[in-house]
Amino acid sequence: MKHGYLIQRLIMFFVVIVLAATLNFIIPRLAPGDPVGAVLEELRARGASTGGDAEDEIVAAYRARFGLDQPIHIQYVSFLFNTLRFDLGYSISYYPQKVEQALLRSLPWTVGLLAISTLMSFAFGSFFGALMAWPRAPAAVNRFVPFFMILSAVPYYLLGLILVYIFAFVLRWLPLGGAYASGTVPELDLDFILDVIKHGILPALSILLTSVGFWALGMRGVMVTVLGEDYLTLAEAKGLPDRRIFFAYAMRNALLPQVTSLAIALGTVASGSVLVEVIFNYPGVGWLLYNALRSSDYYMVQGVAFFLILTVAVSVLIVDLIYPLLDPRIER
Amino acid sequence: MIETFLRRGKAAGIYILRSPKLLLGLVLLTSLLLLGLVGPQFVDVENARPISVPTNRPPSAEFPLGTDSGGRDVLAVIIVGTPQTLRMGLLAGIVGVVLGTSLGLIAGYYGGTLDMIISTVTDTMLTIPPLAILLVVAASVRSMSVENMALIIALLSWMFPARTIRAQVLSLREQPYVHMARLAGLSDIRIIFEEIMPNILPLAAASFVGATSGAILAGIGLEVLGLGPQRTPTLGMTIYWAQLYSALIRGLWWWWLPPILVLIVLFVGLFLVSAAMDEFVNPRLRRTG
Repeated sequence: MKHGYLIQRLIMFFVVIVLAATLNFIIPRLAPGDPVGAVLEELRARGASTGGDAEDEIVAAYRARFGLDQPIHIQYVSFLFNTLRFDLGYSISYYPQKVEQALLRSLPWTVGLLAISTLMSFAFGSFFGALMAWPRAPAAVNRFVPFFMILSAVPYYLLGLILVYIFAFVLRWLPLGGAYASGTVPELDLDFILDVIKHGILPALSILLTSVGFWALGMRGVMVTVLGEDYLTLAEAKGLPDRRIFFAYAMRNALLPQVTSLAIALGTVASGSVLVEVIFNYPGVGWLLYNALRSSDYYMVQGVAFFLILTVAVSVLIVDLIYPLLDPRIER
Repeated sequence: MIETFLRRGKAAGIYILRSPKLLLGLVLLTSLLLLGLVGPQFVDVENARPISVPTNRPPSAEFPLGTDSGGRDVLAVIIVGTPQTLRMGLLAGIVGVVLGTSLGLIAGYYGGTLDMIISTVTDTMLTIPPLAILLVVAASVRSMSVENMALIIALLSWMFPARTIRAQVLSLREQPYVHMARLAGLSDIRIIFEEIMPNILPLAAASFVGATSGAILAGIGLEVLGLGPQRTPTLGMTIYWAQLYSALIRGLWWWWLPPILVLIVLFVGLFLVSAAMDEFVNPRLRRTG
């Protein structure tokens, strides 16, 4: 049974990855024209090319160079093979760098910023949500509820813009954007770390404020169910202290489904980062993507898209593999 | 069948009046609709096009929300853009929910291999971040229109409805009255439409609000990245242009703040309506909050 479950999950993972690569192959080819033609059109529009025999030769040469003259199924197989080896092609704007090199360079910034703020938001939101469902919680807890609920409906990058305006532009307390002061060389000393933290506060805050409500709502829902369980009544009847019932009996059990969401949320860190990095000029994966879109660096756009799917698929796989350890009922 | 709908409609009507969340949400959404409907009576919407008014003017009597660096009247842009955003969201929401509900009904009612295929595809699609696919599609489509965008987004917003509807149909299928209908010799089509449909309508309505809200969120995300419609002014594209021309550090707050505020009103309105509908569908939630 155990092997069956494992194999099923692994197949699912593989299907998602192949599907992602396939979409990356098909969608750009559905658009009218081919990449070489598109570049040529642009050259013509700028008056840099006048057509004629010489042009046809250039086109043929380029088509051969990018493998576009081969039958479509051979193109597909080699594309698939390259993608699965994480060979995502050359970036046009960072040439001669490859897409995956640029990706790996920006990744630490994204993971650092987003993972930390997601974890903080998870911890705070879950605790807060558990308190919301707890009948003996201080009444003040429920007074914050509407505030967080409303914030959770606001996209984080919109809140981010407002925060930047207030704290960076008007009050000038914090930097406007970027990950560190321009002109400094990244090195591991205290000044640089403090600078990075200072630059991270606003983007982290905009994510934190808008996602706390999500965690709190989810936790409250599970907590309400857990509070109705018999073992909680028993714990109370035994006369256990409130604090112990709350943490060890109620919250601990209610956290289980939350952990699944956390793993998936951590997987979507990369795709969630896109817009917040655009707003804050933060040099992560999202910023890379934004620049690639602006400079029509299609290989980079596709590479980032594939990478976003890959990170989620990996984290879903990890959850699927870990979950039976947490809750043995799942396997059946 | 019609009676059931009427009875349910009345129950829903009474519920609206008793739920402050729903009422407030509907008021917010209606005010945005009115903005788009009544606005053109007072403001020249032609000024939403580039180079029709002087650039970078702060709010004044002539231009209540100022003008941007492209020579657009920001108020006119908001009046033209808000309905476009709503239209995109509703279109994507409708297509997504109709698609999702149909698939959920088929999978849940017929079960077997069909269910396995539909469920596997749904679960697989759910793990793919929509933004990733949207990016590749949007970057490949040269000229984006509001309708194109709605359709592309709709193709990625049927999964949640499909899954919730399927789960509900699975339990409805085993209800005694459905068994009775089957014993009475009713055809599958009639059972689906007369016995099961009325009971999943509230759920479908709730997932419609969710799908619409998600579609608008996805659409705005694409627009802020500059992948939205180029010719029609929309709220997200306004933020994109403002960002591109560094409106923030130039102190042109009247350029980016109004679209953001409209979007916040829109999202909070949708959130309130969807929260109220969830409570209607799942009464257990009514106890707290």
